[in-house]
Amino acid sequence: MPDTTASAAQAPLIEGAPAPGVKKVDPMVVADGVQRTFGGVHAVDVDHVEIPRGAITALIGPNGAGKTTFFNLLTGFDKPNKGTWSFDGKPIGGVPAYKVARRGMIRTFQLTKALSMLSVMENMRLGAQAQPGENIARALIPGLWKPREQEITDRARDLLARFKLDTKADDFAASLSGGQRKLLEMARALMSQPKMIMLDEPMAGVNPALTQSLLHHILDLKQTGMTVLFVEHDMHVVREIADWVIVMAEGRIVAEGYPDQVMSDQAVIDAYLGSHHDTDLGDLSEEQQAELLDETQAAVEREEDGTHG
Amino acid sequence: MDLSFLLLALGQLISPQTIAYALAALGLAVQFGFTGLLNFGQAGFMAIGGYAFAITTLRLGFPFWLAVLSTIVATTVMALILGIPTLRLRADYLAIVTIAAAEIVRYVVKTPDLIPLTGGSDGLNGSSTTFDALNPIPPGSYGFGPLRYDENDLWIIIVGWIFVLLVALLVRQLMRSPWGRVIKGIREDEDAVRSLGKNVFSYKMQSLILGGALGGLATIINIIPTSLQPDNYGTQTTFFLLTIILLGGATTVFGPLVGAIVFWVVLSLADGVLSLLISSHVLPISTVQQGPIRFIIVGVALMLIVIFRPSGLVGKKREAFFA
Repeated sequence: MPDTTASAAQAPLIEGAPAPGVKKVDPMVVADGVQRTFGGVHAVDVDHVEIPRGAITALIGPNGAGKTTFFNLLTGFDKPNKGTWSFDGKPIGGVPAYKVARRGMIRTFQLTKALSMLSVMENMRLGAQAQPGENIARALIPGLWKPREQEITDRARDLLARFKLDTKADDFAASLSGGQRKLLEMARALMSQPKMIMLDEPMAGVNPALTQSLLHHILDLKQTGMTVLFVEHDMHVVREIADWVIVMAEGRIVAEGYPDQVMSDQAVIDAYLGSHHDTDLGDLSEEQQAELLDETQAAVEREEDGTHG
Repeated sequence: MDLSFLLLALGQLISPQTIAYALAALGLAVQFGFTGLLNFGQAGFMAIGGYAFAITTLRLGFPFWLAVLSTIVATTVMALILGIPTLRLRADYLAIVTIAAAEIVRYVVKTPDLIPLTGGSDGLNGSSTTFDALNPIPPGSYGFGPLRYDENDLWIIIVGWIFVLLVALLVRQLMRSPWGRVIKGIREDEDAVRSLGKNVFSYKMQSLILGGALGGLATIINIIPTSLQPDNYGTQTTFFLLTIILLGGATTVFGPLVGAIVFWVVLSLADGVLSLLISSHVLPISTVQQGPIRFIIVGVALMLIVIFRPSGLVGKKREAFFA
């Protein structure tokens, strides 16, 4: 793989040259022909994509590209019109969301879903698996679930300490700030020791100081061997922590590659049309600019033809 | 001046009707306060449960325990029928379906063609025989102060309160367990709970069944000293129950009990005071208008509670339901 070594900070992730749908050396998720339409609009239309195991993959793309819909499909929160995908070698297409989570693929949400009227600690405990007391009959006999509850609580305390939320353990989640809720949601997702964690815009609405700490937490996850897939609009964040970048636009995967390569990829710049991108459009040649202008007009015409979601 | 209404109001403190409403309200609190299920047809569950008990007792000659079991089975079946199509949908659909189902139940049991089975509009009398037969209290008049009860009234009051308290302790234990944690999580955000690997549909169904069964069992306590009247289980009953849980505290276990007591005592007092004022020509209204005015008072009280004490009488302020 001669043309990948330049940006690869670790063992190569792919077999062959970076391209949309390229084969990964060790894929965690493999999706084939996944389509989801909303009233005739292809919100997601992915021919083939593989997400590498044990790496941090960023899913980027302009608003309405279908990133969140793709997330929802993979995690069972939405049903596709067609398509198959597998997680850790086993097919999970059509598996309900809660079973996907039990198999070790845990997600977070773009709009944080902290359970406001539960304490931070109860939020954390809810993330744990294999608590026999969650069965209504066993719940009545504390002896059956107290030992496991203690294990869960110990793990929750460790995680809360790591995420600097330990002083908030007994407060209602409603009292947390937006950034702290993001942290809580991530910590809660880790309670079940998942194989893969999917973060939908983890940095949205988080102040810059907390962003740094969140970035470190995500890098820590990789250190523990976890696979991370995250949606993000901030290209600085993507460049800083992602090992691999997948670009979506209008429901399709338009580009894939190592962060530095993808950022300079014409298709990506086209997809974003300069927005959220730290490459100034003024840096482009006149030909590129003219090309972009045409693309924009074509895109605008397409928008006007059909109602895009 | 006739002050006998004070005695009536005092009687409501512990009356079987209060017990029944406390139990049915506790069931509704499990569904609405803890799980966030909008069951607007608790009266329907109460009716189904009551008819299951009365019909199996009177028409099939079931012993008491088997008739009680029939009530639980009947309410469970109703919960399954209503829950399977609606619990996967948004919360409002359950509300629409339950309010309609409760009215359907009431109209069906009143159908003249079903009189041999359900007694039609007259309801069913005499389903208390199997329960009274278990009464160990010797015949006589019992009571404290001015309140007097015969042996059968005393029997149902004792058994009823013990049962309600046991159920309340059981529900409290459930709500403090990991099961209750999942249930409360679903109230807050069911997608979040789903994303953590919990089978949300199954938990919502369990909650609907549990709450419905408590509604059905409540009716047994209600009809034993009196009789089963279909029109006692209209939408009004559901809204009484909602008033009771909001009054006592929708997210508490003992709130519905306190709420039921306060509700019936206050309603009975309001009734007495109103008739006193009317008979002494202080209020320019007729006795026919007196009934509806009581309910206007209930409505105003409900509004005041929701505005000024949203966590109810028992609930902690920070756990307010309408925050």
